[in-house]
Amino acid sequence: MNGNDEERLKQLLRGALPRVEGESEPKRDLWPAVLKRLDEKPAAPPWFDWALLAGLVGMAAFFPSAIPVFLYYL
Amino acid sequence: MEHEAGDVLHKFHHGDLDAFEALFRLHQRAVYGWILRIVRNPATADELTVETFWRMYRAHARFEPSRGFEGFARRIATHAALDWMRRIRTESRLTDELASDPAAAAMGDAAVAAEVRVKTARAFERLPAKLRVAAVLAVVEERPYKEIAEALGISVAAVKLRVFRAVHKLRKDLEAQGIRP
Repeated sequence: MNGNDEERLKQLLRGALPRVEGESEPKRDLWPAVLKRLDEKPAAPPWFDWALLAGLVGMAAFFPSAIPVFLYYL
Repeated sequence: MEHEAGDVLHKFHHGDLDAFEALFRLHQRAVYGWILRIVRNPATADELTVETFWRMYRAHARFEPSRGFEGFARRIATHAALDWMRRIRTESRLTDELASDPAAAAMGDAAVAAEVRVKTARAFERLPAKLRVAAVLAVVEERPYKEIAEALGISVAAVKLRVFRAVHKLRKDLEAQGIRP
């Protein structure tokens, strides 16, 4: 892909997604919604997060030599 | 004045809700505007602004007052938007709007036909979220690479690579649809 092609594609993209013009601001005060969100109980981690954690702990216990490899790819 | 601002940042670092509200009032417009540039939908930008400030408050202990609030806010806002883009596919909404909104048509390049515009938007929405964020900020909104890199927590070179990959994938997708850019 040469520079002209790239520029043409960028122009296509600008044509398809017009720029958000000027300064924008929310139409309502969002502070009450932030406060409400802060009051909510934090959501519990989904079950698959726990399953993943259990799998990692299991892997570390049975294959300790894999830990450096795992850390390398983290 | 500067001392006062520093004081607010330190108070926020310790979890003070009044200081957090002061920072919210000062930065909500910038945060909302940044998110809107990424997600391009005011209702979603509202929702994600709330989500961003919620995440900021939860991360108050990790906030470093010496590094200022703006970068911290922008980074969290960008990741909130990125998470949303990974969760939600906006293809149908975006392209329906494009097809039906004459104002959008007028704002685009007049030489670009409506069909090409819709196909380009669809192809764009099919890109991975992390490429879309980099491309929309760099190409459409024309934000400086350094600013995007800081917001995404990656290097300038990585931003350039993401933009390049986005444009490359977009080209392949359009060619597959019979459009030769």
